Amino acid sequence: MLIVLLGSGVGLGHGVEYQFRDDAVNSIWVFPGQTSVPYKGLQPGRRVQLTNDDHDEVATGVEGVDHISSRYFIRGSVQVRYRNETSTFNVRAVHPDHLYLEKTIVVDGRFLNPLDVRDHRKVAVIGTKVKDALFKAEPPVGKLIEVNGVAFQVVGVFSDEGGERELERIYLPISTAQRAFGGANRIGQIMMTTGDEPLERTSAMADEIHRRLAARHTFSVDDPRAVEVENNNEQFARINGIIRGIRIFVWIVGLGTLLAGIVGVSNIMLIAVRERTREIGVRKALGATPRSIVLLILQESILITSIAGYAGLVLGVGVLELAARKLPPGSYFRNPEVDLGVALQAMALLIVAGLVAGFVPARRAAAVRPVEALRSE
Amino acid sequence: MVSLEKIDKSYVTGSHRLHVLKAVDLEIESGEMAAVMGASGSGKSTLMNILGLLDNYDGGSYRLDGQLMRDLSETRAAVLRRQLIGFVFQSFNLIPFKTAAENVALPLYYQGLGRRRRQAAALEYLERVGLRDWATHRPSEMSGGQQQRVAIARALVARPKLLLADEPTGALDSETSHEIMELLQQVNREGVTVLVVTHERDVAAMTRRVIRLKDGRVEDAHARLPDA
Ligand SMILES: Nc1ncnc2c1ncn2[C@@H]1O[C@H](COP(=O)(O)OP(=O)(O)OP(=O)(O)O)[C@@H](O)[C@H]1O
Ligand SMILES: [Mg+2]
Repeated sequence: MLIVLLGSGVGLGHGVEYQFRDDAVNSIWVFPGQTSVPYKGLQPGRRVQLTNDDHDEVATGVEGVDHISSRYFIRGSVQVRYRNETSTFNVRAVHPDHLYLEKTIVVDGRFLNPLDVRDHRKVAVIGTKVKDALFKAEPPVGKLIEVNGVAFQVVGVFSDEGGERELERIYLPISTAQRAFGGANRIGQIMMTTGDEPLERTSAMADEIHRRLAARHTFSVDDPRAVEVENNNEQFARINGIIRGIRIFVWIVGLGTLLAGIVGVSNIMLIAVRERTREIGVRKALGATPRSIVLLILQESILITSIAGYAGLVLGVGVLELAARKLPPGSYFRNPEVDLGVALQAMALLIVAGLVAGFVPARRAAAVRPVEALRSE
Repeated sequence: MVSLEKIDKSYVTGSHRLHVLKAVDLEIESGEMAAVMGASGSGKSTLMNILGLLDNYDGGSYRLDGQLMRDLSETRAAVLRRQLIGFVFQSFNLIPFKTAAENVALPLYYQGLGRRRRQAAALEYLERVGLRDWATHRPSEMSGGQQQRVAIARALVARPKLLLADEPTGALDSETSHEIMELLQQVNREGVTVLVVTHERDVAAMTRRVIRLKDGRVEDAHARLPDA
C-alpha cells in the first residue's frame, strides 16, 4: 500500500520532469504581441516587432543571462531538397546558444557557431529524422541541401529528447536566414537561460526585460499583451511546490496505513503470545532468559511485517507497472516507478515497524511466569 | 545436592492467604532417586517448583549444589536452570510445531551451542531413549509414552545434575509408566539426582526413597511404602 502511494508520488515527479524535459527549466522566453492599452497618445492594437537590436540589448544589458538565442521564423512552408528527395520540414533560424535552450544533442558534426552567424554562412544542422528522410544511410555532413531553393551545407546532425517532432527540424544561422529569406533584422522570439540565478533574481530579470522592451517599443509597462515575458523558473517552482505537497500528503497517508498495520500486527502477536503462554513457560523452564524471549517475539514480529510488507511491495510494484502501462503517454503521471532507494527505505521501515509492533507483545511474553504458564491446561 | 531448611510458601489470592508449605526441612543427597508422595493439594508441585527455581519461597533457605538460592533475578534463575536442572512434566509439554529433535535440542540453543552440535546431541539423546527413528516427527504423531521419552531426552540433553519429574507417568498406562520409570532409573544410575512426584505406589516402588508430604509438611522423609 505504502509502495503504491510512494510510487505514485515518484510517478508524479517523473511526469513533471517529463513535461519540462525538452526545454531548459531555468529559462525566460520573450514573445512579441499586440499592445492592448493606449500609451503616450498611441492607439492600442499595434504589433510589436522584435529586432536584432532587442536581442543585443537583452544580451548585453540584462545581468544574469547565461545563454541567449533568438528565433527567426520563415514564412510559409519550407521545402527542403537533397538530390531527388524533397520534403517539408520545420526550419528554425537561431543563434548558437540555442543548443542549450532546447537541450539539443549533437550526434554528428557540430552545431552552429558564432562565426556562422557573423559571416552569414550557409550552413545547416539537421535532425536525425531529416537525415533519415533525405540521406537514408548516406553520411550527411558536408553535403549540400536546398532550403526553399537556397543551398546550405550540412555541418551537423542532432538528436533531442523532446520527441519525434523535434527531430524533424533544421537549424540555420539566424543572420543567414534573415538575409536569404527576406527577414531583414526581424526576429520572432527571444529565449535565454538564467544559469544558477535564484528564483527572485530571475523574476527581477524578467521584469527588467519587460521594462527595457517597453521603453524601446513605447508601450506601457503595465500592458500585459504587448510583449509576453514568460519565466519558466517560476512555473517550475510552482509545480514543484505542488508536487512536494502531494508527496508529503502521500507520505502522511502512507504512514497512517503503516500505523494501522503496526497496530494490527501488534494485536496478532499479543494473541499469539497468549496462545503460546505454555510454550513460553516451557522455554523458560528449559533455561530461556527474559531477554531471549523478547528477542524471539521481536524476531517473529519482524518476520510477519517483512513477509506482509514484501508481499505488499510486490503487489504495489505490480499495480504501478499496470498503471504505467494503462495511462495515456505524456500525462502528468509518468513512470510511477519504485527505485532501489525507495524499496530499501520501505524495507527498513518494515523492520522498524516489526520492532514497534512486537514491543508490547514481547514485554508481555517476557513477563510470563513459568509456574502459571505450566499450570494452565 | 538439595538442602531445604524451614521453607515457607503461601499463595495470596485476593484477601485469602493459603499456607502451602510449612517449615519444610529436606535433604537430598547427590545421586539419590526419591519419590514425593502425598494427597492432592499437599504441596508437592509447589515444592518441585521451588526446587526448580520456577517459583520463589517466602521463608527459610534453599541450597542447591551448595549455593544459596535466594532473591534470584529471572535471568540468573534461567542460567542456573539451564546448567543444573532438567524438567519432566505430567503433560509432556513438548512444543507442538517442532520435531522431536528440535524439541530435544532446545535447551542447548539456550546454552548457546551451534546448530550442528545441537543436532548431533539431540540425535544422541533420542537414541538413548530409543526414538532415533522419530527424530523428524512432531509430538502430535507420537504416543504419550513416546512423547514423555522425548521430554526426558530434552531434560537430559543439557546434562543436568537434578532431574525434577512432576507426575511423569500421570498420563500414561501402567506398562508405559514402567518403561518410563526404568528409563529414569537408568538416568539415575548415571549419576543424576532424580526426584519424582507420584500418586502411584508402583511408581514410587521403583525409587529408592519415598518422601511423604501432608498439609504442607514433610510427614516422613524416609517413608516405607504401604503394602499393596
Ligand atoms: N499459583 C497459585 N495460586 C494460588 N494457589 C495455588 C497456586 N498454586 C497452588 N496453589 C494451591 O496450593 C495448594 C498446593 O498445590 P500443589 O499444586 O502444590 O499441590 P499438589 O500436591 O501438587 O497436588 P496434586 O497432587 O493435585 O498435583 C493447592 O491447594 C493449590 O490450590
Ligand atoms: Mg501437583
